[in-house]
Amino acid sequence: MKRVMLCVLGAALLLGSLAAASEVPAGRVELEVWFSLRGALYEAFQEEAARFNESQDKYWVNAIWKGTYPEVLSITIAAIRAGNPPHIVQVFEVGTATIMAMEDVVYPIANLMADTGIPFDGSDYLPGVAGYYALPDGRVGGLAFNSSTSVMWYNKDAFRAAGLDPDQPPQTWAEVRAAAKQIVDAGAAPIGLSAAWPTWTLFEQMSALHNQPLASRGNGFEGLDAELMLGSDFWVAHLQMLLEMHQEGSFVWGGRDAEADGLFPAGEAAMLLASSGLRARIEREADFDWGVAYLPYHDDVVESPYNSILGGAALWALRPPQATEEHFRGMAEYFAFLTEAENIVLRHINTGYMPVTYEAYNLATAQGYYDEVPAAEIPVLQLLRTETVEHSRGIRLGNMPAIRVLMYEELERAFA
Amino acid sequence: METQPVFKNKLLPYLLIAPQIILTGLWFIYPSVEALYQSFFRTDPLGVRTTFIGIQNYTRLFSDPRFFSSLRVTLVFAVLVTVLSMFIGLFLASMADKPLRGKRVYRTLLLLPYALAPAVTAVLWRFLLAPRVGIIARFLGDIGIRWDYRLDGGQALLLVILVAVWQRIAYNFIFYLAALQSVPRSVVEAAHLDGAGSKRTFWSIVYPILSPTTFFLLIMNIVYSLFEGFGIVHALTQGGPAGATEILVYRLYVDGMIYQNINRSAAQSVILLVFVVLLTALQFRWVEKRVHYA
Repeated sequence: MKRVMLCVLGAALLLGSLAAASEVPAGRVELEVWFSLRGALYEAFQEEAARFNESQDKYWVNAIWKGTYPEVLSITIAAIRAGNPPHIVQVFEVGTATIMAMEDVVYPIANLMADTGIPFDGSDYLPGVAGYYALPDGRVGGLAFNSSTSVMWYNKDAFRAAGLDPDQPPQTWAEVRAAAKQIVDAGAAPIGLSAAWPTWTLFEQMSALHNQPLASRGNGFEGLDAELMLGSDFWVAHLQMLLEMHQEGSFVWGGRDAEADGLFPAGEAAMLLASSGLRARIEREADFDWGVAYLPYHDDVVESPYNSILGGAALWALRPPQATEEHFRGMAEYFAFLTEAENIVLRHINTGYMPVTYEAYNLATAQGYYDEVPAAEIPVLQLLRTETVEHSRGIRLGNMPAIRVLMYEELERAFA
Repeated sequence: METQPVFKNKLLPYLLIAPQIILTGLWFIYPSVEALYQSFFRTDPLGVRTTFIGIQNYTRLFSDPRFFSSLRVTLVFAVLVTVLSMFIGLFLASMADKPLRGKRVYRTLLLLPYALAPAVTAVLWRFLLAPRVGIIARFLGDIGIRWDYRLDGGQALLLVILVAVWQRIAYNFIFYLAALQSVPRSVVEAAHLDGAGSKRTFWSIVYPILSPTTFFLLIMNIVYSLFEGFGIVHALTQGGPAGATEILVYRLYVDGMIYQNINRSAAQSVILLVFVVLLTALQFRWVEKRVHYA
């Protein structure tokens, strides 16, 4: 039985790969792109690739969904070992240090564009974006594609039902805690506050907002010998507050990774710390009045918070052994297409991801998008709030996916 | 004694078993040998530098409390899934074997879960049992049970066992049903005429006839729970909370795919393989003695 199924599976895979290969029109050079966006974001990615394919007649981007962010990273590493990586791969922000370490296979964007002679202005990126994907010598390494930051989504209907002002979302942790308690006590929503990607929204972002080290050596930006510093007073006090909120019922642990995302559009959680890229899904699923607010901060630690840090993912160019000059040219053209201000703005409007360049940000402003939807500008303003300081550049630690798993386990132990 | 049929063509028998040999070689022998080989080395994530380190991967595993807690979870999972699913499968099969109106419908319905992939099964159950949003989870909340398998290790283990059992019942059911139908009616009726109650009839007559099936299912279920539990754990708990559902096959996935430590992962897969082989050999040695082949 099992063997029969294996045969069938093998045949299906073979047919599947033939079918995928036959989709590439004759005479076009195929560029294989591995990505990991789901739902509304999956469609947006495919739609953008299709527009590139229509815009010229030499290259054909074949975008293949390969699993979650950590899975795509693992599969890519396995493919590199096997000598068969794709041309372009989407790597999430915590995989940045890992992919950067693969110097032999990664083709830095700056070099790719220069070698193929396609104009590219790496200096136009917003500050937090450029630094994040820059190689140690300052060259642009990966192409910031779907950059997000975390924000606090809140349910205005629940705020009204609990007697809170829907236009004055809480700003500090103390205010968030009070509001969450009021919402739960009033029965306006089953959950006051929850957090998706908890290690990112509750720890990595808080490191930046308060300029407190998550790891030594400037959160790993200054060298590979960084050590985690999760035992400091700041983290102890922060986690203690979360535990108290958990006990009094104002905070609910929503699970690992993106598990908690669904709690907000379903109306379960009145406030959710999550990616700004969640907007596409909220717009599609939520049937209530919602708003976006800045991430909360501890006003007893800093008077005003620093900038938040980047999330989302970047596209990295690889050098598959069988790739030719023609492939590299196609990759460069695709990146140039994705960097056009009109396309960035379209992506920004459709998905909630960041307008990653000044040109795109100015274009969106000029088009009057932020007058129409002020909430859409909050992630950008939060990211650009201050000049980056020692611990607000981001987190750059090798094996970050493993560190996150360990933190999840300890948090689960604490909240259980 | 009948004479055994003999192939005239010397090549034909080899040709006939070739697909089986090729598949076993490709999907079983080759990966096993590769895993065994890899388990004696240490490689960086990109496979650039490889160093021979002897049995260090193994000695480290055996001094890691995490490995033993994973082993314990594996045992609990395997034993409970096997026992529960076989018991319920047998019970349902004996019910469906009775003259019933519409028994084809029952049989078909009971078989359906087997057609689902473990991951799909897990997602279906998640709709019902997701903390706070699932239908059953809401009901449990209403009667005062705090259901949150994302934080409660016991509940998480209970959940993955429940889902595995639910899916596994179908497999056990169909084998037991087939076996029950081969029990000669005349023998059962004779026992009844001799005054044996239904309990006595079952244990003295039906059960021995079922024993080859039970033995087969015992091995299949243990092997299933050691390997196929992966899909359920991955879709439901990712081994959490805090390792409470981390069965060995999931642990080695985390070590290999997330921590990028392929060699340590290989060592664990070798241990898992040895474990299964030993278990199966032991069963053939001891349990099979009590099996009655008709």
